[in-house]
Amino acid sequence: MATEFKESINRAVNNPNLTGALGKFSEAYKVNRAKAYEGIDFEELRGRIADLKSDAASRLDELSEQFARNAEAAGATVFRTNDPAKVREYILKVAQDNNVKTIVKSKSMATEEIHLNPYLEKAGIQVGETDLGEWIIQLAGQTPSHMVMPAIHMTKEEVSDLFSKEINERLTSDIPRLVKVAREKLRPTFLAADMGISGGNIAVAETGSIVLMTNEGNARLVTSLPKIHIALVGIEKLIEKFADVATILKALPRSATAQLLTSYVSIITGPTPNPDGSMKDMHIILMDNRRSEMAADPKFKQALQCIRCASCLNVCPVYRLVGGHVFGKVYTGGIGTILTAWFDELKKSEDIQGLCIQCGACKDACPGKIDIPDLIMELRRRLVKEQGVPLLQKTIYSVVNNRTLFHGMLRAASLAGKPFTSGKFIRHLPLFLADLTDGRSLPAIAEVPFRDRFKKIVQPKSKERAVFYAGCLIDFAYPEMGEALIKIMNKAGIEVIFPEDQTCCGAPARYNGAYEVAEKNAIDNIKALLGVEATYVISACPTCTVALAHEFISTFESVGQTEWMPRAKELAAKTVDFSTLVTKLVDEGRLSLKEGQKLGAITYHDSCHLKRTLKVSEQPRELLSKAGYEVTEMFECDTCCGMGGSYSLKLPEISGPILQRKLKNIKETGAPVVAMDCPGCVMQIRGGMDQDGAKVEVRHTVELLAEQVR
Amino acid sequence: MLYEQFKVRAEAVSAEVHRFATGDMALEYLTGFLRNEGVSDAPHCSAVWADGSFPAGTERELLGAVPGVTFDVTRERAAQARFGISRMEWALADTGSLAQNSTAIDQRLVSSLPTIHIALVPTSGVLPDMPALLSRVNPKEYAYLAMITGPSRTADIERVLTIGVHGPKRLVIIFVDELGGEN
Repeated sequence: MATEFKESINRAVNNPNLTGALGKFSEAYKVNRAKAYEGIDFEELRGRIADLKSDAASRLDELSEQFARNAEAAGATVFRTNDPAKVREYILKVAQDNNVKTIVKSKSMATEEIHLNPYLEKAGIQVGETDLGEWIIQLAGQTPSHMVMPAIHMTKEEVSDLFSKEINERLTSDIPRLVKVAREKLRPTFLAADMGISGGNIAVAETGSIVLMTNEGNARLVTSLPKIHIALVGIEKLIEKFADVATILKALPRSATAQLLTSYVSIITGPTPNPDGSMKDMHIILMDNRRSEMAADPKFKQALQCIRCASCLNVCPVYRLVGGHVFGKVYTGGIGTILTAWFDELKKSEDIQGLCIQCGACKDACPGKIDIPDLIMELRRRLVKEQGVPLLQKTIYSVVNNRTLFHGMLRAASLAGKPFTSGKFIRHLPLFLADLTDGRSLPAIAEVPFRDRFKKIVQPKSKERAVFYAGCLIDFAYPEMGEALIKIMNKAGIEVIFPEDQTCCGAPARYNGAYEVAEKNAIDNIKALLGVEATYVISACPTCTVALAHEFISTFESVGQTEWMPRAKELAAKTVDFSTLVTKLVDEGRLSLKEGQKLGAITYHDSCHLKRTLKVSEQPRELLSKAGYEVTEMFECDTCCGMGGSYSLKLPEISGPILQRKLKNIKETGAPVVAMDCPGCVMQIRGGMDQDGAKVEVRHTVELLAEQVR
Repeated sequence: MLYEQFKVRAEAVSAEVHRFATGDMALEYLTGFLRNEGVSDAPHCSAVWADGSFPAGTERELLGAVPGVTFDVTRERAAQARFGISRMEWALADTGSLAQNSTAIDQRLVSSLPTIHIALVPTSGVLPDMPALLSRVNPKEYAYLAMITGPSRTADIERVLTIGVHGPKRLVIIFVDELGGEN
């Protein structure tokens, strides 16, 4: 990762104004968004949006054509181009032909994308942003840090300094007064402007209409007062049907700012009369800038389903720490990472794609139903393909890909780590686990890994068998979790088989874009796990479960591996996570928990892969309740703990604060125990609690239930 | 029922909602409101009324006689006015929004430049939602379809909600049961 990039992260996370404002906003957003969507079937709604946007993305050329025809029939002039330079030239030419001196703009990310303002200013034209947030950052000489709230990173004190300079009067940081200053200062600018430039939230092909939404009312003035109006619209805003405007407007304001509707919506179809009776000169520019190329890409076509609500920023645990500027100058956050890679260049996403911790929160919130984390993984894969794996990572993967060597090193590490061990934790781990102890102790590598302990466990003979996939953490750091799982399975009359040839699930390689490594891991594991007869393949690590149940298949798809695909699907069908299987066994009466236990309060942390990929969240809670615990929910129970596998090693400056927030939420419940279903989360949160010194026990659900089975 | 839902939703976004049985009652309220709020010929005290079917004839002459009220809307007058009055054809119950064919520039000037926008709405124009509205309008005849939901607002400084940035600071909605109209 570039030093400059690391520095920008450090500046951001150490800026209390930024993290304070974003933190407060993101907390309120979740609550308000849920309220705004009350009574609406979000899944149904976003299904419709995804369908209609995806359909439009398949027919960009046809819809552009149709839009142009209809808008021109209504009296507008339409200019279509792929090239940002041509857009700039066109706008300048219209301005110069009409002797335009001043321009007012309402917010438009497309104009940010092509860096329009500096270009026009260089030609001697005054360009005024009128959206309050955009005006603030224009005065500050900055770029937007959020697609919907461009100045969210600035404090009222900073704004009052800027405004004071602008009007030569010392202002206080009274927000209503600052807003009044903006109104009074910008009003004459509006009235004097020769041209208005807007973006377009939606462009309707069958009518040639553009839709503009604002809360401030500036787009109405920009499109009404000057005699010339130019709308710059990215072709991904095209939809076919006029009626579908309502579908998008049902989601956009709710997802963007948790409003039922923005204060103003204008649907403009061709020019309208000016106050002096003349007709407005209206131009609509349909800009491609690689959007068609994106539509032709089987993976990235999905990104065109974006309606630019920025909810992927609002729910992102990383964005709320670092803000937008770390991402770059134009598009920010999850979708921004993808748009930057395309509209700018793939190389520009090299550092920022690494910011994604793959927690999946954005995927759940996206009204366009875009699998943003998956697309970011695809960026990683392509970057690695283009540039290769960094040397250090290469060394690690060559080790991980050789099971005997990998496991041998982990065993050696158990001894090497010894001098640094204090109780259950060590301060340093060799190799790829090295170099990170900030705010979190790491577990000691078990002296006797699970694979060796397993040989000594005597199990009753049963007619049903389950293969246990331990994963590296349970095998080498938390073997007691594996033992607990066997105890539970045996009670249900299931014998557990542990195929020794199982190896790393490939998630670390995959999440770093090294798909060929992940492919080899997958094949080795398929051979090992399907090599024995069994009803289930069970795992107590959600990340491993996701690998077995979903990612082997998608990795094979990505690298074109067909030979092993049927076996991968066979494995996927047999794979089950611990809590789901135990719930089934309890429901079937094959397993019972001690009755009448009063075990006190417990709080539960939802692991990202379990909740959002495997869709399991109620099962562990119900099992813990049945066992006799009183489940007390923590705030943001399903927000990532900051572990993210190697993420916490690569970006400890981000992982650390995410963990601290999680620890705080856990402690605030007052529960003496926190449960979770993922050994990775246990490693992160237990280590955090150890350093914090709080008396909260951090346990895997499997351990807690093993104590309570009858 | 729809009207009640509209009122709740519109008031939730700081609009002021009133309802009268007849045009006369609405006009009486309106003139009283204007007087209370200090309508006059003085700068920033006047009222601009965008052309529409209401009020008509003698009522209109009477209103025109109130100092500061004019039906002759220009850019300059609208920019100077404290009050802008217009007729909005529709109200959307589920979002508390008003909607209008704003192709005529006067309609937009009076509802965007003054500090207070007063909207007269036929009660029969209350529709359930936006799909109902979009199915009624033909964009070919509505070059500028405007929807207004509450007064102008921003939260661009520290996410603090502040009313009245570039548009009106108050939106006063007056429903008239007997206003008639195409609905």
